[in-house]
Amino acid sequence: MGLEQKLGNMGVVTTTLEQAINWGRTNAMWPMLFGLACCAIEMISTVMPSNDMSRFGMELMRASPRQADLMIVAGRVSRKMAPVLRRLYDQMPEPKWVIAMGDCASCGGIFNNYAIVQGVDEVVPVDVYVAGCPPRPEALMHGILTLHEKIKQEKIKDWA
Amino acid sequence: MTHTADTVAALRERFGAAIEDVVEFRGETTVVVARAALVDTLRFLKETPALGFSFLANLTAYDDWPAEPRFNVVYQLRNLSRPSNLRLKVRVPGDDPVMPTATGVFIGANWQERELWDMFGLQFTGHPDLRRILMPEDWQGHPLRKDYPLGYEEVEFTFNFEEIEKKKPYAKE
Repeated sequence: MGLEQKLGNMGVVTTTLEQAINWGRTNAMWPMLFGLACCAIEMISTVMPSNDMSRFGMELMRASPRQADLMIVAGRVSRKMAPVLRRLYDQMPEPKWVIAMGDCASCGGIFNNYAIVQGVDEVVPVDVYVAGCPPRPEALMHGILTLHEKIKQEKIKDWA
Repeated sequence: MTHTADTVAALRERFGAAIEDVVEFRGETTVVVARAALVDTLRFLKETPALGFSFLANLTAYDDWPAEPRFNVVYQLRNLSRPSNLRLKVRVPGDDPVMPTATGVFIGANWQERELWDMFGLQFTGHPDLRRILMPEDWQGHPLRKDYPLGYEEVEFTFNFEEIEKKKPYAKE
């Protein structure tokens, strides 16, 4: 604290590179639009003013995977959609994260049948699962903040 | 007599024994037609001006397994100038799931016949482009058949969690 207090007036803050990068990654994370079913409505309302996801630097929903860091899989993934989902995931630049939003994306939900992938973790690696059918915007927000906490724990030695 | 009743009478007169059955239920008329006479029946209904069933509203099927004949293909026709409906039904046996195509009469039957091929495995002879429309192209089987397995994965509980978890195909990076 001593150094910051003395240098604060001079506009200087000290930190570690690790923390600075993780801070930047968490606070400018652009999610990719991936609304597949009813969960998409809750995802949209998370971005709307009453819940306002832009408080966390996430107001931009990118339609292009090239500009996205986070894939929010909102809804059930059919077996026909699964290769598309994987391809979009592969097109996202590193570093990238995935949130499985809702029961269907997490484990298949009520759709235990031939057409629906039983959990999107069969197709892409998932970082955070959000339960609910569909989850409320608060639940998605909590999932995103959980992901932020996870990213803040990342170590620079693991990146290489 | 209603227009539908007139139509049924005209069909009986024209096709005779090929009209296997006529069912009336709550004001809806279903005509069961022999498979070989289907295309002629459709063309007769569409192109006879007095009948004028010019619109194929729906083409679908259902599976009566294990009863035989197993498949029932349903043609829902509509007359747009004199509002009336008529349902044609064709019974198809399970060991010979082949149908004549209706695309020569109603061009809109194209995709609906593709759907029936995809879901029930009904082969429409003469169809211009018979391939899957809903399921992925490399799919095995026809999912709406009653003998197609319904579930994909066993339901997870605490007692079988570890057993299912072992064979679950998780994605790597």
